[in-house]
Order: sequence, then C-alpha cells, then structure tokens
Amino acid sequence: MAIAEQRRTDYQRQVVAASGWTAILHDWTTTVDHKKIGILYVLMSLVFLVIGGCEAILMRSQLLFPRYDFLPPDTFNQLFTMHGTTMVFFVGMPILIGVGNYLVPLMIGARDMAFPRMNALGFWATLFGGLLVYSSYATGGAPAIGWFAYAPLTERTFARTAATDLWALGLLVSGIGTLTAGINFIVTILGMRCPGMTLRKIPFFAWTMLWTSVQILLAIPPLTAALVMVLLDRNLGAHFFDTQNGGSAYLWQHLFWFFGHPEVYILVLPAFGMISEIIPVFSRKVLFGYEFMAAATAAIAFISMGVWSHHMFTVGMSKTLDLYFAAASLLVSIPTGIKFFNWLATMYGGKIRFASPMLFAFGFLSMFLIGGLTGIMLAIAPFNFQLSDSYFVVGHFHWVLIGGTLFGLFAGLHYWYPKVTGRMLSERMAQWQFWLLLIGFILTFGPMHISGILGMPRRIYTYEPDRGWEVWNQITTLGAAIQVPSYALFVINIVWSYFKGPLAGDDPWNAWTLEWATTSPPPAYNFEQILVVKSRRPLWDLKHPDDPDWNYE
Amino acid sequence: MDLFGVGTLLADCVPPENLSIFHPVSPGGRSIVSLSILVLAITGGILLVVGTVLMYCVFRFRTKTFDGHEPPQVYGSVPIEVAWTAAPAMIVFILVLVTTRTLWEVEIPVPEPVVGDNTLFVTVVGRQWWWEYQYEYYNGQKLGFTTANELHMPVSEASQQRRVYLTLKSADVCHSFWVPRLAGKTDLIPGRVNSMWLQTEQPGLYLGQCAEYCGTQHAHMLLRVNVESPAEFERWLQQEASVALHVDEATITRGREVFLGLSCINCHAVRGTGAKGTYGPDLTHIMSRATLASGQIPNNRENLRSWIADPQKIKPGCLMPAFGLSDKQLDEVVSYLESLR
Repeated sequence: MAIAEQRRTDYQRQVVAASGWTAILHDWTTTVDHKKIGILYVLMSLVFLVIGGCEAILMRSQLLFPRYDFLPPDTFNQLFTMHGTTMVFFVGMPILIGVGNYLVPLMIGARDMAFPRMNALGFWATLFGGLLVYSSYATGGAPAIGWFAYAPLTERTFARTAATDLWALGLLVSGIGTLTAGINFIVTILGMRCPGMTLRKIPFFAWTMLWTSVQILLAIPPLTAALVMVLLDRNLGAHFFDTQNGGSAYLWQHLFWFFGHPEVYILVLPAFGMISEIIPVFSRKVLFGYEFMAAATAAIAFISMGVWSHHMFTVGMSKTLDLYFAAASLLVSIPTGIKFFNWLATMYGGKIRFASPMLFAFGFLSMFLIGGLTGIMLAIAPFNFQLSDSYFVVGHFHWVLIGGTLFGLFAGLHYWYPKVTGRMLSERMAQWQFWLLLIGFILTFGPMHISGILGMPRRIYTYEPDRGWEVWNQITTLGAAIQVPSYALFVINIVWSYFKGPLAGDDPWNAWTLEWATTSPPPAYNFEQILVVKSRRPLWDLKHPDDPDWNYE
Repeated sequence: MDLFGVGTLLADCVPPENLSIFHPVSPGGRSIVSLSILVLAITGGILLVVGTVLMYCVFRFRTKTFDGHEPPQVYGSVPIEVAWTAAPAMIVFILVLVTTRTLWEVEIPVPEPVVGDNTLFVTVVGRQWWWEYQYEYYNGQKLGFTTANELHMPVSEASQQRRVYLTLKSADVCHSFWVPRLAGKTDLIPGRVNSMWLQTEQPGLYLGQCAEYCGTQHAHMLLRVNVESPAEFERWLQQEASVALHVDEATITRGREVFLGLSCINCHAVRGTGAKGTYGPDLTHIMSRATLASGQIPNNRENLRSWIADPQKIKPGCLMPAFGLSDKQLDEVVSYLESLR
C-alpha cells in the first residue's frame, strides 16, 4: 500500500514540478486513460447533481404554501424541465457510465477500453451537451417544456425562444457521447476479457454494463431521430409534430417513450450490477444463482424494449393495447423478483458486515422493494388512469431512481473509492450521510404518493388552498431540506478523505474480483501482467487454493 | 368490494370536498378503486413477506467483526430458482386477469344519441388554459351551445340512469381531463378525438384539474363539475341555450357598446350580439358561473373588475392581455357582463 501511495504522490510532484498546474490540466483534458475518463465523468455528474439538487430545492420552496408566489410560473416550469433533463442526462447516465468506465477494464483484466480516444470523445460530448442545454439560460430563460418535451408544446408556436433549440441540440450532442460509450462497453466486454474469462465468468457489474449498453444502442437512436425532427420542425418548417399542419403529437410520445422507457433500466441495471458485487463481499458468500441473475438481466433488457406505451395509458389507446402494455409491464416484475430473491439468498447464512457500502446496499434493497411495488400499481392500466401524471408517479420514480440507482451508486462509490484513491472514506461521515439520506428521502417521496392519491397533478407551480395537499407538500419540502446536508457530507467526505483518509491497501474489503488484484490506485497500465482466470472469483481461488470456485461452477 | 375496509378507512380520513381517488362517486371510479384495493393488498402482502425475510437476514446474519472463517458457499439451486420464478409469474397472471375485467368495465365507446336515452353528450375542448364545453345532445335533443370551465350534468338515479359521454379534443397542446372522484383521466390531444363517460348517483360539486403539462398556467386549469337533479339541470340547460339577456339600462348599454367596440369580440362570443370570437370563453351567460379564470377566483363584481383590469396579475402568462380601460369604462363593462345571467 505504501508503494501505491508513494507512486501517486511521486507522480503528482513530478507533474507539478515539471510545469505546474497547467500540466495537470493538460494531462486531464487530453487523457485517453479509461480510469481518468471515468473520474472525469463522475466529477462532472456530481457537479450537475448539485445543480439539479438546487433546482429541486427551489421548486420545493415554491410548493411550501398554496398559492405561494416565491417563483413566477415560467421560472418554475423551467426549473422542472432543467431538473429532469439534468438528472437523467447529465447525472444518472454519465455517473454510471463513469463508474463503468473506471471499473469494466479492471474487472475483466484489460488494459483499457476498446476505443480509448472514442471514450474521451464520449465524455467531452456529454459535457458539451450539458453546457449547451444550460447555455439556454443566456437566451433569457431555460426551456419550459418538461424533460419529456411533449409535442406540440415544443413547436415554435408555443415555445418561441431559442431555449428549446438549445435543449434539443444539447441532448443530441450528449446522446452521441452516450451512444459511443455504449458501443465501447459492448466491444470491450465482448472482445477484451482476459484469458479464461468466458461470458459465464465475467463479473456481474460488467454483465449489467453489457446489457445497459445494448439498451443504449437501441434506445438512443430513436431519441436522436425525434430530436432532429423537432429541430427540423422548429427551424426549417417541417411538420412532424406540428399538429396545426397535420403533424402528430402522438408520434412524439411514441418516439420519446421508446427511448424513455429503456432509459429507466439504463439507469437501474448498473446499480443492480454494483449491488451484485457488494452484497456477496459483505456477506462473505458467493452470489447466489449467477446464471439466473444473468438471464434475468437479459430478460429485463429485452422486456423493457416492449413496454414503452405504459407511459401513455391515458392517451386513448384501445383496450387491447392497454391490456398488452399492462401485461408486458407486469412481466418485468418476474426477472426483477428473481434478482431480489437471489440477493436475499446471497445474504442468507452469510456473515454480514455493515460497513458503508453494505449499508447503502441495504438501503437499496429496502427502498427498491417499495419502489418496485408502486411500479406494479402503475402498470395496472385502470389504476394508472387515476395515478398517471399525478404526484404518485413523481413519488414512484424518484423512489426507484433514488432508492434504487442512487443508493446502489453510493454503495458502489463507497466500495470502490479506496481503489480509485488509495484511501478509505470516513466511515463516520458515510454513516451520517446514509441515515440523513434515508430519512430525508422517505420524508420527501413518501408523502408524494399520498398527495397524488388525493388528486394532486404533477408539474403544477402552485395549488389551491382548499385541497388538503398543503401538509403533504410541507413534509415533502422538509424531507428535501434534510437531504441537503447528506449530499454535502458526501462531497466533504470524498475531498477530505482524498487527503486525510486512512490508507486503503490493494484489497481493503477482502474481495474477489480482478480490480482488487492491482494496486490502489491502479497504474496507468492496470496490471503488470495479463491475468488468467479460471472462475468467477479469481481472488477467492487465490485466497482459498484448497477449495477453489472452479470446482463448483 | 372493500377488502379489509381499507377503502372506507381511506375515504373517512378525507373531507368531502377532497379529490381523493379512494372516494369515488361513480361506477367507473368505484370499479377502479376495487381493483386498486386488490392490487394494494397483493403488493402489501409481497412487501410484508419479502420485507420480513430481508429484516430476518439482516438481523440474524449480522456480524460486527469478521472472524476470518468464511461461511459455507452456496452457488445456487435450480428448484429454488424455478420456484421464485413461478411465484411472481402466478401473481402477474392474476393481476392481468383482474386488470382485463376492470378495463372492459371502464372503457366504453360513445354511442349514438337516441331520443329517450337520458344521455348527455358534451364535446370538451382543452385550451391554454381553460375548458370549453360544447353541449351537443341531451335525451336525443340537439342542444348546440357553448360554455366554459364549469361542467353541469344531471345526477343518475337507480330507476333512471343518466350517463354523460364526453368527446375530448384539444385546440392547441395536450391536456388531460381529470376529476378524480368521477373517473380516471383521459388526455386531450390535438389532431385526435378521445372519449370518456361519467355517471354518478350523488349530486354535488366535484373538483379536478388538467393533468397533462400544457404550458405556463397548467397549474390553474381547474375543473369544476356540478352534478344536479334532472329538474335543476334541465332548467340550467334552458337558460344556457337562450341568447344573451338584453337589458336597457344606461350603464349597461354603455358597457355593451364599450365591449362590442373593443377587441374583446375577437376572442369572446356573446350570443345575440355581434361578439362571435371563439378563442376565449363564451360569455353569453357568464354570471351563471361561480368562478372566473378557470375556477381560480369567485365570480363577483370586484373580481370581474380586477380580472379585466389586469388578467396577468391574477393568472401570469395567460393569453388575455390588459386593455388599459379607464375606470369608467371598466365599471361599464363589468356592469354589462353582470347583466349576462
């Protein structure tokens, strides 16, 4: 461990001594190292997370009292547009891609991603896309069209400023970044595994990244097409979505949700992968039913491509279509159930250590369970006629995306931080962060289910005093306020621990996958020699030569 | 069906003016609620079972310090995996069956109007940001008048069912018609015609609002549905179907001249006068409505005056501009509008 630490400080000293901070800046902006690109992705996403969080807090302040005039309506409408866009495109996807970028080559024993320069392009395109979307503020205000941007509200007639064009262009550019990342993962995972690592032996996180990438490959192009069409409508007088000239508002919804639904799984599958790495290590058990888990991942990716219209139950489809999309959506609960039971079976009979990664994994399990069940309710088409576009939906998908993706992600960030920096995070701060986040999160999104059931629609900047929604909105806002210090603690923790955290060593968690076989942080070339593996847990085999895994797989 | 009394419990907790979906007053709303309670019971059961197993694992297998001895490694078990694939599959199958039943109960296509059917047909047009109601047929009779923001419908009786079929259209962007206690929501999409039906045995005022984001004032596109006795409803129909009242009184006459002489008439219609605009609400019987600004403020002289003086102050971003009328003109126009009963 001392060697790694020495290596890092030596490197920094050399770079600084050579020509100062400009050299470091030059190094990071021109890097094609998958680890540095991964770190850039994560840092960028954290900045956007703070921005998106501030937008959320502003909205929650406006909803504190009925008919409150803290914010004007258009400002509020811009805030929810930017909040959604930011969290999905510039926080959720890039942070998962970033973690994947860092870990996938290490986990499969490769020296880098398949296309290192395309990898860099992917990051810079994503960042540039984000900047483009935010540059709309310079045109006098962000777009006020919602992140779903339903036609024809996005047509020139209803959204006159250039903000909507910048929004579409920004997503187009960042979409290129996402697509290249997806292609890169697929080629890397299929083509660059170390000797002995068959598809049945790849670490589970790499497996979920593979299927997330397949979904990216299928879902981003329809979005790109739709964005091009909306730009043509707005700027060159086409009428794809221009209903006053025979265009179809319905077409946008289909194209958007054909992207938008798989997107949900693009955001949650990598979190499943992280959990599937963490639960075994902290329970000291092998992942229960690897093959079923792998098949379930593929099944989720497959089914998710055929259920997009469950976002459109209220558009007046036929009964038959409503029934098909309800049934197909319910099917997703089968593979998801398999995964959940397998995680429980992995814990069963283990020796569970509640260090911070496992704590967040526990948060993931308990919260994702609830989010999944409200998802079943929303899949029931007639129930959806009432709940759709109500606050219940807002509660549900935040519950899934925060309880699932974010808790999973925090578990992963706490788990792999020592690998990236060579130092441990402060466990005390991590525990505080967890409990504040859990309590704040339940208080924020729990009451939203109730206000939705009480008839409160989403995306309203204010509400009437006589509706009985006031108290639920106030608890929600209180919950949001409790979440703030939690995120602040995380940021403080990663900065503080980078300088002051205890040294980690190569394998602080006594884990089993290949990334723990190299130093922390890993050298630029990852591994001194190309490794050869014989099972799913190569480090278990090393640590237990008397009882290696390959006897059982 | 009211499994475990959950529905009653939820319904009792809420005041009657509430919009709770668990407090329905219509056959459609009720059949959704009974399905919902079944779904809640099933998902609640799953939560209880899986949650208990999770908590058991957490507390039973928790260790503070790892002693170095690895627990037995269990790689998987095909029978167990098959079992917990089959169990959710069974639940999904049941859910699909009950969903089908409710879907076929709730979604009914619009029939043709027939004399003696006691059925009301209304075309609802969603607009930024108000509701236009075109009354088409009642009891097979053609109606053909237009009103705004407050829907009136007759109550249904056990002996005499009175259904209301709504044909839903949009004049600009997507909207969604949602009165939670009467029915689930249905979208109004430009270039598309949707429909839904309402029926209730309980007279009263039911509230709701647009549920699909439709721009600046989406939050203030409120819905009010007045369910009245058939006699009351028919009286209202008669009144609305007539042309505007013509009162010969000095202030009102001057107000009418101001109104008809300004660009008000480009957007608003008053039947029986030269005002034939269709962009804004029909004002023929504006004083028969309880509220202004699509349900936002009570309809009285004071509010009418401040609304006309500066609509942007009450509903920022709304499409009606302030016309800069003098105080005198304002009073006259308001007096004229007040005469439109």
